[in-house]
Amino acid sequence: MSFPSIQRNILRQGATAAWPICLGYFPIGLALGVLAQQAGLPWWAVAMMSAIVFAGSAQFICIAMLAADVSIPSIILTTFFVNLRHLLMSSALAVHLAGVSRRFLALYSYGVTDESFAVNMTRFRAGGWGRWQALTVNHLANSAWILSTTTGALVGQFVPQGAFGIDYALTGMFICLLVFQLQGRIYLLTGLLAAVISVGWYLLIPGDSYIVGSSMSAATFGYLLKRRYQRGK
Amino acid sequence: MRFVDYLMLFGGMGLVTYLPRALPLLYLSHKQLPQWLVDWLELIPVAILSALLAPTLFADSAPRNLNLGKPELLVAIPTLIFAWKTRSLGGTVLVGMLLYWLAGFIF
Repeated sequence: MSFPSIQRNILRQGATAAWPICLGYFPIGLALGVLAQQAGLPWWAVAMMSAIVFAGSAQFICIAMLAADVSIPSIILTTFFVNLRHLLMSSALAVHLAGVSRRFLALYSYGVTDESFAVNMTRFRAGGWGRWQALTVNHLANSAWILSTTTGALVGQFVPQGAFGIDYALTGMFICLLVFQLQGRIYLLTGLLAAVISVGWYLLIPGDSYIVGSSMSAATFGYLLKRRYQRGK
Repeated sequence: MRFVDYLMLFGGMGLVTYLPRALPLLYLSHKQLPQWLVDWLELIPVAILSALLAPTLFADSAPRNLNLGKPELLVAIPTLIFAWKTRSLGGTVLVGMLLYWLAGFIF
């Protein structure tokens, strides 16, 4: 079977963009698998969870709640709140996927995570990035996630903790993507404000509301500031 | 738990995760967005990245406390400079990992 070069190109571009995510997912996925196994989940349940849910922090919380014998409806409700932040990411992505078929978007939505969102938004904005490349990033990240969590459930207890600083992979990726986003004074101000608000919110209010709360307030403040500045000219 | 219990649990979790990911895309991508919303959404990525990152760098997680001396923060400074100068995502990830690994011997 011949593989048209345009498709090969899309795959290559997608893989080039996705590898930092995949690298970052491995230690986290392994850790999740080990915890799940210790909580009594069979490996196939871990694989099933990663394939159906595909949301790192919610999966960690789910394992902790299962270990504490929390009821299924409570776990589902918690998952809902933890993952509400994706509403914002999905809205921001809509600007770059305007007019795309709903079938494509239904598939694309499955792979919207903090990591794929950050990588794809950066690429979309830089230009020369298409929806197929973006979808490739989503699914490569998803494959790495399923593979690493399942591996963790099977052999995780033999992997040394924190080898080669791999625990820092996602942090390093977020730092770099944040730098890419700083395209002017308004962006810098919004980012600084989001950092200050999120740390304050994180310290004062338990749970995960700090992500949505601080990013929405900082973006609103940045927007108002920008509008005021433009009017002043 | 049996297979059916896992299926119910993960099915429910999957649904409440999928809907917030899908509904804005399905709805907004076929709408002419007002300019104020586009301008506001422009600032969402930088705000979210910063909001996700800041507690990792400036706070302990259990219990939640301000901590300005974390190795994560000290490593973040040269990592950020590297990202700024090179604009290389892969390189930044590797440099961050290397520095964090080295920091592990000091702290």
